[in-house]
Amino acid sequence: MAEESKRTVEPFVWLMFSGGGVAAALVLPVLLFLFGVALPLGWISAPEHGHLLAVLRNPLTRLGLLGVCALALVHGAHRFRYTLHDGLQLQRFDGMIATVCYGGALVGAAAAAYLLLFAL
Amino acid sequence: MPDQITMQVARYRPEQEDAPTFDEYDVPLRKDWAVLDGLNYIKDELDGTLSYRWSCRMGICGSCGATVNGEPKLTCATFLTDYAPGPVRVEPLANFPIIRDLVVELTDFMTKLGKVRPWIIRDEEQPVEEGEYLQTPAELEEYKQFSMCINCMLCYSACPVYGLDPKFLGPAAIALAQRYNLDSRDDGGHERLTILSQPEGVWGCTYVGECSRACPKGVDPAGAIQRYKLTAATAAVKALLMPWSQR
Amino acid sequence: MSAPPYARLYKPKVRLLWWLSRRSYTLFVLRELSSVFVAWTVVYLLLLVRAVARGPAEYQRFLDWSASPWLVALNVLSLAFVLLHAITFMNLTPQAMVLHVRGRRIPGRLLAGSIYATWLLVSAFLVWLVVG
Repeated sequence: MAEESKRTVEPFVWLMFSGGGVAAALVLPVLLFLFGVALPLGWISAPEHGHLLAVLRNPLTRLGLLGVCALALVHGAHRFRYTLHDGLQLQRFDGMIATVCYGGALVGAAAAAYLLLFAL
Repeated sequence: MPDQITMQVARYRPEQEDAPTFDEYDVPLRKDWAVLDGLNYIKDELDGTLSYRWSCRMGICGSCGATVNGEPKLTCATFLTDYAPGPVRVEPLANFPIIRDLVVELTDFMTKLGKVRPWIIRDEEQPVEEGEYLQTPAELEEYKQFSMCINCMLCYSACPVYGLDPKFLGPAAIALAQRYNLDSRDDGGHERLTILSQPEGVWGCTYVGECSRACPKGVDPAGAIQRYKLTAATAAVKALLMPWSQR
Repeated sequence: MSAPPYARLYKPKVRLLWWLSRRSYTLFVLRELSSVFVAWTVVYLLLLVRAVARGPAEYQRFLDWSASPWLVALNVLSLAFVLLHAITFMNLTPQAMVLHVRGRRIPGRLLAGSIYATWLLVSAFLVWLVVG
């Protein structure tokens, strides 16, 4: 029974994993560069708070960013779980590892939803 | 160029030892000699007890796979001079149980090839009087690459997933399935879907890509597997959204 | 007395650090580890969103915090891994997707080029969006 459900869920997990990979690849490098490196090091001047708030409040930004964050987190969780599985041969703990990884992704996605849809 | 090279060859004699050891042999270093020629020299002149598989000596039979200096290679297609001044370490193909010396147990691989139904499956067989199934060159191109597999098992040897989980169906078997799935004469896609869309089927693959690097025939099993993941995922979405259209 | 020799197959075990034995394996594991830094980037960006949502003072405090040397170092490292993910993902896509247009196969290079072009366009757009 568990095998049956595992078999049917795999393709959908993979689709989310792939979507997350694409989203992360397209969007994250430039955003991390801007806010994690260029801005702190003073290579560009910080955008006005009002401007950023306006950009974030736009429904397209909210939904787009939420999609990227949720998918990228699922992508990361899925990959990290298999890294532990293959890289450190922790197959016997796979159930626990999967719960922590996907659970973490779910918590992150929920936090993103709260922040982007309700807190702004 | 020195005229000799040392070959360190793995030996395993189950009647006298519990684990593999290495024996060293000095063989002539000729510029046209492959590792296989070195092994044949050892067997003919130095140590007749060495056991290993080989046949065509020209890279088409797939018999002579071994691990040469840590990489899966066909011994007939790998030249001694590439490793000069040596030594050259020759071990059995990784990820397979060892029967003796360089000879590995193949049964798992052979079984898996059969599992994917590697033959043309038709919804309706055409009667013989109607002649052959016709195919355009473009239709042939679609699957030709995947038909080039010589069953040498280098891809299984290179695949870390297969090494860690012998239940994994493996690169060659999935590439073979694709050879038929993409063949315009075949209607067996649906049947093979149940076999391939499993955790030990395509979903076990983490796209390391080593299989395609090791393949001496350019089959690109990694590409075949990733393409199939998309096929299987599309089929799963279709089945979810349109459950009535079961072929 | 002893089992027939054929029965005594030697089954090698995969070493724990198998991925250190070949450069291609090590690169693969590094590529997979980029997943951790992808997750960190998402968390970091969500922290930024939270700061912006809480007002100008909080936003300024975030900017100051982002300039801490250890955090900059972490983000530089993360950027390296996120780029590794992006580049390897984009390079592998043409191998995984065979597209046909009017019966002819799109060459892998064209597909790869289009993917990189899309990446540049999206990045440029985001820079424009943020910096204004």
